Amino acid sequence: MIEVRNLKKQYGDLIAVNDVSFSVNEGELFGVIGPDGAGKTTLFRMINSLIIPDSGSVSLWGLNPVTDYKAIREMIGYMPGRFSLYEDLSVEENLEFFATVFGTTIEENYHLIKDIYAQIEPFKKRKAGQLSGGMKQKLALSCALIHKPRILVLDEPTTGVDAVSRYEFWDMLIKLKQNNITILVSTPYMDEASKCDRVALMQNGHVLMVDTPWGIENGFSTSLYGLKTINKYKLIQFLRSSVSCKSVYPFGEYLHYCDKREDVNEKILIEELKQAGFFDAIVDEVKPGIEDRFMELMGNVI
Amino acid sequence: MKRLKAFIKKEFMHIFRDSRTMLILFAMPIAQILIFGYVVVSDINDAKIGILDKSKDVVTREIIYKLVASGYFQISDYLIHENDIQALFRRGDISMVVVFESGFGTSFNKEGEANVQLIADASDANTARLLCNYAEGIIYQYSLEQNKLMGYANHLNTEVRMFYNEELEGVYMSIPGIMAMILILISAMMTSISITREKEFGSMEVLLLSPLRPMQIIVGKVVPYVVLSFVNTITILLISVFVFKVPIQGSVLLLLFVSLLYIILSLSLGIFISTIAKNQMVAMFISLFALMLPTILLSGFIFPIENMPFLLQALSLIMPPRWFVIIVKKIMLQGVGLMYVWKEMLILIGFIVLFLVLSVKKFKVRLL
Repeated sequence: MIEVRNLKKQYGDLIAVNDVSFSVNEGELFGVIGPDGAGKTTLFRMINSLIIPDSGSVSLWGLNPVTDYKAIREMIGYMPGRFSLYEDLSVEENLEFFATVFGTTIEENYHLIKDIYAQIEPFKKRKAGQLSGGMKQKLALSCALIHKPRILVLDEPTTGVDAVSRYEFWDMLIKLKQNNITILVSTPYMDEASKCDRVALMQNGHVLMVDTPWGIENGFSTSLYGLKTINKYKLIQFLRSSVSCKSVYPFGEYLHYCDKREDVNEKILIEELKQAGFFDAIVDEVKPGIEDRFMELMGNVI
Repeated sequence: MKRLKAFIKKEFMHIFRDSRTMLILFAMPIAQILIFGYVVVSDINDAKIGILDKSKDVVTREIIYKLVASGYFQISDYLIHENDIQALFRRGDISMVVVFESGFGTSFNKEGEANVQLIADASDANTARLLCNYAEGIIYQYSLEQNKLMGYANHLNTEVRMFYNEELEGVYMSIPGIMAMILILISAMMTSISITREKEFGSMEVLLLSPLRPMQIIVGKVVPYVVLSFVNTITILLISVFVFKVPIQGSVLLLLFVSLLYIILSLSLGIFISTIAKNQMVAMFISLFALMLPTILLSGFIFPIENMPFLLQALSLIMPPRWFVIIVKKIMLQGVGLMYVWKEMLILIGFIVLFLVLSVKKFKVRLL
C-alpha cells in the first residue's frame, strides 16, 4: 500500500510537485501520465527515497522514505528514466552485478525475470552499450527485478523505445502483477494509460485526476466531435475565434472539437462550417479517449 | 563482503575495458618519469669553469690538468680575486669556480692537508650538483694517487659551495618529486572521475537505491586504484633505479609502505573531490588544477620551499606531496629509517583521516 499525502517539492521558483495526494493498492499497476516536465520523475524520486520532500508525506506499507530509507531501498526495484546500467559490461555481467549487490543470485529469482530475460539471453555476452533501445529496457527491467522487489518503480520505461517493444513491455508488466508486485510506472504516452489498473494524470506538478482508465474516459463532460478538412490550420483559427467554441485541438488527421451550446449536433456544425467556407468539412461525434479527457482537465487548470 | 567483492570486480572491469583509462594509468606515469628524468639528468661535457689559483704550484697545476683531462671541464677563465666570481656567474659564462688556497702545494706536502673550494652556480641545481660531484671525485682520485706514490696519508679537503641555491634541489632530488606528482595525479584524478562518471550516467541513482552502504561504494571504488597505483609505484622505482641509477639507500619495504600511505591519501583526496564535483569534467579540472600545480610548485619538487615568500611556505605545509617528498628523500637518498620519518608519516595519516571523514560525511545517500 503506497500512500502519498500533500507531497510538495520546489526547486528555486519552480514547484516541481505541488500538493500531490493519491494512494496505490497492493499489487496494482499504477500509471502516472503526463507530459515532460509534469513532475513525474521528482514524484517518483520522493517515493523511492532519493529526494526528500519539502512538505507532505509518503508511506510505503507504513515506512517513511525520509527516515526508513534503508528498509525501503531493500524492497524497491527502480528503473530510472535514463538507461543507467553499465554500458561497458555485458548483459550477463550487469545482471550478475545487481543480483550480487542485492544479496541474491540470478538462479534464485530466475523465474521472475524468465519471460523478459529470455528475450535478451541470446545476446548475454554483448556489451550493454551495444543493445537496441528495447533490449536495454528489458535488461534494465531484469536488473530491477532480480532481487524480487515488493514495489517496482519505473520512470518512463518506454520513452525512446519502438512501438512493438513498447507493446511487449506493457504485456510484461501486466504479467508481473501475478507475482504480487506493486508497479508504479510513469509515461508521457496517453495510449499506454489503458494498460494500467489506475492512472494519475499529472500536469505542472499537479495531479489532475486519479481514476481507472475507463473512469477517466467516461468523465468527459460534453459531446466530442471529430472534424476533418483539407485546410486544418485555417479551420482551427476559425473555430478558436468563434464564440461558441469550448475547445479545439489537433488530433491526428482530425480536429477534436467541443461546443459550448447544449443543442448542437453534427448537422448544425456542418452547416456552420459550410457557411464559413469549409465545403469539404466532415463532422463525426467521436468517443472521447484519455487524451481528450486530459486536454479537458488541462484546460481547467490553465 | 560478497557485495563489496562484486563491486570491486565491476570496477576492475571498467578499468581494464577502457583503453583510455589504461593509457592514463600505465603509459602516462612511465612517459612522465622518463621525460622528467631525462630533462633533469643531463650529461656533462666541456663545462666551462674558472680557476682561482692563489698558490700556483706543482700540485695545483697537476689537479687543474686532471680536471681538464677528464673531458668534463674546460677552463675559460683564470680569476685573480674572489670578488670576480659573482660577476662571472652573473654573466653566465661559467658554471663553477675552483679555488685553491694560497700555499696549497706546500701545505699538502708538508702538513698532509690542503683546502680546495668548489663554488658552483646552483641556479641550475642539477648541473651544479653534477659538476661538483665530478670535480670532487677527480680531486679525491688525485689525492689517492699521490698517497700511493708517496706513501703518505695526505688529505685534500674539498669544500663545496653553491651560489644562489644553497639547498640543492635537482637530479636525484627530482625523483621523489616526480613520484609524488604522478601518484597524486593518477590516483586522485582516476577515482574522482570514476565516481563522478556514475553520477553522470545515472547509475549512481541505482547504486544508492541498492543495499550498498556509502562506505562500501567508496571502498569498492578505491581498492582497484590502490592496487594499480601500487604497481605504478614499483614501476617508477624500478625505472629510477635501473634507468636513472638513483640509489635507494634506505629500506625498500619502508619506502613501499610510505608510498602505499601516500596512494591511499591521494585516493581519499580523489573521493573528496568527487563529492564536490558534479560531473567528470569538473572532477578532472579540480584534480588537475587543484593538485598538479600546487604539487609541482609548492611541494619543493622544483622550487626550494626555503626561498618562497612566507605565505607560500605556510601554504606548502598543507600540501600532502610536500611531506611525501620529504619522507622519500630521507629514505631513498639519506637512507634513514622509521625513526626519522614517523612524524611526516603521521601527517600523511592525518590527511587520510581528514579526507575520508569529510568524504563519508559529504557523500550523499540521496540525490538532493
